[in-house]
This record gives sequence, C-alpha cells and structure tokens, in this order.
Amino acid sequence: MTPDMMIAAVLILPLLIAAGIAATGWLPNLREGVTFVGAGLLFAIVIMLSLQVAAGGRPELYIGEAAPGLEFAFKLEPLGALFALVASGLWIVNSLYSVGYMRGNRERNQTRFYICFAFAILGAMGVAMSANLFTLFVFYEVLTLSTYPLVAHKGDAAAQRGGRIYLLTLLGTSIGLFLPAVMWTWVLAGHNLDFVQGGLLAHAHVSPAVASALLILFAFGIGKAALMPVHFWLPNAMVAPTPVSALLHAVAVVKAGVFTIMKVSIFIFGPDLLDATPGREFVMWVACFTMIVGSLIALTKDNLKARLAYSTIAQLSYIVAGAMLANSSGFLGGSLQIAAHAAGKMTLFMCAGAIYVATGATNISDMKGLGRKMPLVFIAFLIGSLSIIGIPPLAGAWPKYELMQGAIDRGNAYLPIVLIVSSLLNIAYLLPIPFLALMPPPGTKEPKPFKRPDGAPMPTVLAPLITALLCLILFFAVGPVSDFLAPSMGDRAAAVAAGGLP
Amino acid sequence: MIEALYTAAPAWAIQHAAPLLVMVPLFLAPMLALVPSGRIAWLISIIGTTISFLFALILLYLVQTSPVGVVDYEIGRWPVPIGIEYRVDALNAMILLVVTSIGLLASVFSWPTVAAEIRKEKRPFFYSAFMVCFAGLNGVTITGDAFNLFVFLEISSISTYVLVSLGAGRDRRALPAAFNYLIMGTIGASFYIIGIGFLYAATGTLNMGDIASKLPELAGNRSVLAGFAFILVGLGLKAAMWPLHQWLPDAYSYSPSFVTMFLSATATKVALYALIRFLFTVFQPQFAFEQTAFGMLLMPLGIAAMVVCSFQAVFQTDVRRTLAYSSVAQVGYMILGVSLGTTAGLSAGLFHLLNHAMMKGALFMAVAGVVLSYQGTTIRDFAGLGRSAPWTMTAFAIAALSLIGVPLTAGFQSKLQLGFALFDQGLWWAVALVVFSSFLAVIYMGRILEAVFFKPPLNPRKARKEAPVILLVPLWILALANIYFGIAAKFPLDLARSAAAAAFGGEAFLK
Repeated sequence: MTPDMMIAAVLILPLLIAAGIAATGWLPNLREGVTFVGAGLLFAIVIMLSLQVAAGGRPELYIGEAAPGLEFAFKLEPLGALFALVASGLWIVNSLYSVGYMRGNRERNQTRFYICFAFAILGAMGVAMSANLFTLFVFYEVLTLSTYPLVAHKGDAAAQRGGRIYLLTLLGTSIGLFLPAVMWTWVLAGHNLDFVQGGLLAHAHVSPAVASALLILFAFGIGKAALMPVHFWLPNAMVAPTPVSALLHAVAVVKAGVFTIMKVSIFIFGPDLLDATPGREFVMWVACFTMIVGSLIALTKDNLKARLAYSTIAQLSYIVAGAMLANSSGFLGGSLQIAAHAAGKMTLFMCAGAIYVATGATNISDMKGLGRKMPLVFIAFLIGSLSIIGIPPLAGAWPKYELMQGAIDRGNAYLPIVLIVSSLLNIAYLLPIPFLALMPPPGTKEPKPFKRPDGAPMPTVLAPLITALLCLILFFAVGPVSDFLAPSMGDRAAAVAAGGLP
Repeated sequence: MIEALYTAAPAWAIQHAAPLLVMVPLFLAPMLALVPSGRIAWLISIIGTTISFLFALILLYLVQTSPVGVVDYEIGRWPVPIGIEYRVDALNAMILLVVTSIGLLASVFSWPTVAAEIRKEKRPFFYSAFMVCFAGLNGVTITGDAFNLFVFLEISSISTYVLVSLGAGRDRRALPAAFNYLIMGTIGASFYIIGIGFLYAATGTLNMGDIASKLPELAGNRSVLAGFAFILVGLGLKAAMWPLHQWLPDAYSYSPSFVTMFLSATATKVALYALIRFLFTVFQPQFAFEQTAFGMLLMPLGIAAMVVCSFQAVFQTDVRRTLAYSSVAQVGYMILGVSLGTTAGLSAGLFHLLNHAMMKGALFMAVAGVVLSYQGTTIRDFAGLGRSAPWTMTAFAIAALSLIGVPLTAGFQSKLQLGFALFDQGLWWAVALVVFSSFLAVIYMGRILEAVFFKPPLNPRKARKEAPVILLVPLWILALANIYFGIAAKFPLDLARSAAAAAFGGEAFLK
C-alpha cells in the first residue's frame, strides 16, 4: 500500500467498522468480532504509517477543497503518529474491556454504543493526521458530536444533564473561541492554515498583543484540554459508562485537546514566536493553577471516577505547561506525557470499572479491604498510580523529568516547584486507594459481597493489567520514542535520543 | 450536467430563456384556477416549476459561458431605455437558481400538506396563487427595469397575502397575520415606488443600467438621496430587515405549512437580492458605502437582527415562531456581510443566503411533516418525535445543526466565510457577536432537539407516524445538500463569489 492509501484506510476503516457493527448488531459475538478485527487492522496500519514516519517519510493525503483555500488534507508527522498510535492501540485494549464491562453490566443499546465509539476513533485519527488547522477543527468537532451519545448513554436525568453540559461546553468553547482563533489565524497568515515546521505565523509580523490574544483564544477555545475554568465538562462526562471514561476521557478526547494545543504551539506559533508572546506566561500560570487546584479538588472527592476526572484535569495541564515552555524539552515532556498519562490513567479507569461491575461500589470509602478479593485489579491500580505520580521505573517519570529540565533551561523557577507539589498531591489522593484496599487497617469491616457471583469478568481484569505493563515498557522505551519524536521537537529531543539519557 | 441540458435544449428555448422562465408559471396560473381538481393543479404546478428550474439552469450556463457574463433580453424588441429589459448576470442567475429549485422541491412536497390544510374547493385557487407568487419572485429577480421590478414585487406580494390568509382553515389567527402583512407589505411597496418616482424625476429613466449611468452626474442631488432612502426602506421592509420585520413571525407561524416553507426560503431572499442590486448596481458601492456611508447604518441593523431576534427565538414556545425569529436573525447575518461593502463580505452574505435557503427549507419542510401527522407545532408537541418519526426528525436535526453552524454542514461554511470577511476588515468584535448569536442558536435549536430526541412523547399511545414519502424525498434532498455543501462547498461558494464579483463589476451589468 502506498502512504496515501494507508491514510485513506485509517479514515475509512472506522466507518467500515461502524457499518459492520450496525449490520451485525443482532449477533453480539459477531459484532464484537468486527470491532476487534477492525481495531487490530487499524492499529496495524497506523504502525506501518509510523514506521514510515520514523524512517523520515511524511505520508500525505489530499482529499479536496471544502472551499477555496480550505483543504481537507492529511500529513502525518511524529507527534501526530504518536497520538494515533496511542489512540488506536489502546482502542484494542479498550474493546476487550468494553465487552466484559458492557455485558457484565447488562447495558442497553450496545450496538449504538459501539458505532459511536468507532466514529469517535475516526475523529481522533482525523485530528492526529490533519495537515492544517481547518481539517483539525472539523475532526475535533466530529469527536465532540460522536461522543455526546456515549456520555448520555444511560439516558436517565443525570446522564442527560451531564451530556448537555458536555456538549454545550465543548461546542460553546470551540465555536465561541477556537473558531474565531482559526479565522484570525487565516487572516494573519495570509489565507493559509497549514501546519508548518517552525511555525506558520513565525514570519507574519504578528504584534505581541495580537499573538497573546490569539494564544489565549486557542488555549481556552480548545476546551478538550480542560484548562480551568473550562474544565467542568470533564467531571460531568463521568456519567458515561466506564469504557468511555477510560478511552475517551483519559485518552482520545482529552488528548485530542492537548494534542491540538501542542500542535498549535509547535506548528502555528512555532517556538520563536511563542517565546516572544507575553500571553504565554499567562497560560502557563493558568496551567499551574489547574495542576494544583485540580489535585486539591481530587483530594476531596470520594467518588472514584470523580477523583480520577479531577486528576486527569490536573495531569493534562502538564502538557499545556510543556507546550508553553516553548523549548524542545518542554515540547518533548508534553508529548511524552500524552503517551504516559494515557497508559496510566486508562489503567486506573479500567480498574474503577472492574470494581463497579463486580461490586457496584463507586465510592472510595467502600473499597477498604477489597484488594483481598480482587488483588490483580488493585495491583494494576497501584502500578497506574505510581506511573501517574512519576516514580521510576514507570512511564510517568520521564515527562516530569523533561518538563523540569525544560523549565530550568529557560530559567523558570516556579514550574519545578509546582510539579513537585503536584506529585506530592498525586501521592496523597491516589496511593491511599490501593493501599487501603490491599492492606486494610485492622478493624476494617469486611467489604460487601460481590454483586456478581464470580466477580469482575475476565476481560475487565486483563485489560488494566495490559496497560499497567505498558506503563513499565514505556519507561524503558523512552529512547526510541524520543528518537521518533525528535524531528518535530527540535535539538533537545535529538540529544536525548542520541544517548544523553540522564 | 448543465452542459448536457444546454445542448439538448432547442434554439428557441435558449434564445427566449429569460422571459419564458417567468411567463410559463405566470400563464399557467390562471389555467390552474380553472382546473376542477386540486390534484391535477398540483401536477401542473410541478410542471411549471420544473420548466422554470430548467430555464434557470440554462441561464446560469449562458451567464457562465458568456464573455461579458451577462444575458440580456429586450421584451418586444423595444430598445433599452424605452422598453423593458430582462438582464441576467452571475448575481441574479444564482438567486434564480435558488428560487426555482426551492420552488420545485416545494411544489413536489406540497400535496399532502395542502390536502390536509386547505379546503377542497380552494385547492386549485391555492395552487394558482402559488404559481403567481412563484412567477412574481422570478420576475423581481430577472428584470433589469426598476418599475417592472415594482410590478413583480406586487404580483408576488399580493399572491402571498392570499396564500397566508388561506392558513385560516387551520388556525384563524392567519387572518390578522395576513392583514398585518398586507398593510406592512403595501407600505413597503409604496416606499419603493415613491423612491422610484424620485429617481425618475432626477434621471428621467426607469432602466436600472440607465439610471446607474446617469447617477454619477447627479452627485449631491437631493431627490436622488431621497429616492435612495425610500427605496432602501421599502425593500428592507420586504426583506424583513430589523426593525422592519414585525410582519414576519406571525405570517410564518399561521400560514399553511407549505407556504411557510416556500416563503422562508425564497421571499425575503428575493427582496434582499433587490436591495443588493440597488446598492451595488444602481447606486454603485462607491455612492452607497463611501458618500452616504450607508454601511454604517446597515451594519448595526444586521447585528441587532442577529442578536435581538436570536434572543426572541430562545423564548418562543412554538417551533414555527422560533424558526421565524431565527429567519430574521439569519437575514441579519446576510446584511452584516453586505454592509461591509467588500467583495469578500458580499460573497459571504450571498453564500449564507444560499445555505440559509437550504436549511430553512428543510426545517420548515420537516415541521410541515409533523403538522401533517400530529397537528401541533409547540415544542411540547415535538416531544418524543425522534422515536415515532425518525426519518423526518433526523433530517430536521441535520438542518438544525447546519443552522447552528456545526462543522461538516453548509451553515458552518457560510459562518467561516463571514468570519474571514469580518476579520479581513479587522472587525473582531463583530465576529464575537456572530459567535454569540450562534451560541443563542445552539440554545433555541437545542431546546427543540432535546424535546425531540430525549423527552418522552406527550401522548405515548401515538403510533409511529412518519411523514409520507413524497414529503420525505425533497426533505432529504435538502438535508443531504446541507451536508454535501458543508463538505464540498466549492460549487455554491463559486456561485456566490462570481455573483459578488458581478455586483461589484457593475460594468458588466451596464455593458
């Protein structure tokens, strides 16, 4: 297959999967088979594309113009390839998990669920591969609209309310702020929206005030990045079934948001212009604020998914902060965080879902001593937590390291302190959960018996173990990953890849 | 496709395309009044609109291939300043295409709703009035003569009053609505004719091109200025330009469903076209936007329309009224684009005009389907229809998303173009207001969509009742057009751009 055919295949395959799911909806086993085969194929193609990218190729596909100058065009570069790999690879794991979860919970409308999931993957793939801001914006909205039915899946009053907030916030910020930013960029760049290495606006004579305003429009318009105060859709989206929270609200949707911010920083602003933009510092403060306050709110939550949601909000800001450092260490740290946080947080969410299917428990206070009955789940949870906190030898250690390095490189004194405080807060809100479950203090009363006689279904235990293992592997794979990302990041990443491992 | 049509057409049809486009429906109209059966009248009306549609395609082709970009036709071979002239350039070829294609789709879908809402003995007259209205709208668009434009404006308006009042069979409030519309519409037409009188007094001619060529010498002439003001107020009233839109919500809410659909997609568009024609061709942009700074008046009006009427739409309880207020708001977007006085702005406004015809047409068509099956039109009546009439409501939802301006729909493309045009002029605050108005659209359409798809039906025993196929087909054509032109907007955008270029290059219109 030629590269452009492969890109086309990545875009068409989710549609075929959706059609296949619709056609086989009355035979659940066949339907799940379609999902697995399709997801496997998709991942295989994305790997092939990534190999080409690693070899220096930049697969491209030009579909056509929506209107003069506004092209549907795709071009895969390392950062996008990383995001595509993460989203499509974890989709396989998540499909395995969904089967166990949805059946174990006897959810209704499963066919619609899987169809919308396929469309969401299409959105994520489109965002990852887009060659210009217009294409990215369109697929960004595809992702919003296709995930709305997933959030409102249960259809009860709470799900409807959560869905409405989800849709209104994401559509409102994207149409209200992101779209004007896109239009403004179009005019500033002289009727062009392409992603250019070094920055589309780098030579456009943009005044610092205009650049600041534009950056702030982007930072808050991309609501999926969940910077405070546009973060509240994320906790509200937790009414969705857990597989949705695991893949979409820890990986595809939120990562599409921060990926977009990263992409705008590197390819629209470019390091030099971003460095000269005063508004950058403001966005950095907001990101630091979000890190600390998100973690503090997480501490107060007893509902496990709510705690994880606020933790996600805090963790996403690492990536925004990395982008705002505007140097290669910052970009690299943020990009590594996309992969590391995906693996770690997905593990945690899948564990939360497994616990819910087995016992019906959603509150942390009901989970004391539960680790004795479901040890594998809580061990996976422990590994995921350690990775999020950033303890070697787990994936989460590298992004924090790179971010601190980047902050020190440019003489930013407060970011390392904020990162350390954030890590301490992570310890405070994450570690008690597995510890109290595995090693309950004497006198804890026995947890309630399982809702299902045979406990969590096998897939819901297996899936988090796989992602926990992935956290471990990613730690050791940082060299190749940095090597892979280097062309988009600049010299520092190249130095890391060249063996300058600290 | 158009080329194939052109080669297949006989020579006389090509030569006389411009007058035939108007005359065929105009002469069919009295015949329809004599037909005994409504169903036959319906079939004849489809034939009439189809013929006009084909002529519109031929004219478009002729304009696009013509070296000067103009097709002109002297009625009765009277030479120009004396006789009436029909003149088609890229601007009105595009409007003709909108009017005739919407007219065709409207006449196809009309029968079930007409059969349900209009008394049996009145149906042939109803179709007769529709044909007159259709011919009148085409006449307004095609003519190059300022007085002839008035005549056609009245032909279409008077038949519209009749059509609106026929809604009385379903809802008696149609009568005051029609009367109100009659008064307002007549005031508008009077203003227009007074304005033409002033211009005639100053220039001694009624041909638009001729007036335009004589106006530069009359710079500062008081009667020209008075004529300008009268004409623009008169046409603004017809186009439902805020704050002259008061007649519209009632007229749209109480007239027969079919009439609402047809008018919303064509009537205000044609009046807006006439406004653009006078601003850009007769008075010239230089006069309208620099000497009189008319853009400074037009822009606040457009913005007020899109903000105030969107707010009013949020508080309506009736779906048709919501959509009617939204129409005024959408006219505001078009006027905002026009008021910039740039080609980018004008083409964005015209592009939105095209797209709005598609989305409002689809929305009102879906509402007509609901009225047919369930009678009521309040938002409460729409509850749960997503399950009982999925095909109708899915198309409704697509058009609603397009109205909001969600990506991959036509509405998104037109907002994008409008935003580009505004940013080009540095009017970022106007972009903010456009965005704000879109957000209001999210709210007012969101209320309806939520009732449709998430609320339990008002009366659970209501069986599954889809609109008839004859209604679904045109509805889905429009809904799919909304998506298609949202992905590949090249064709309509090119139409709008060449139309804007034609409006600015007034020379083409003047020879």
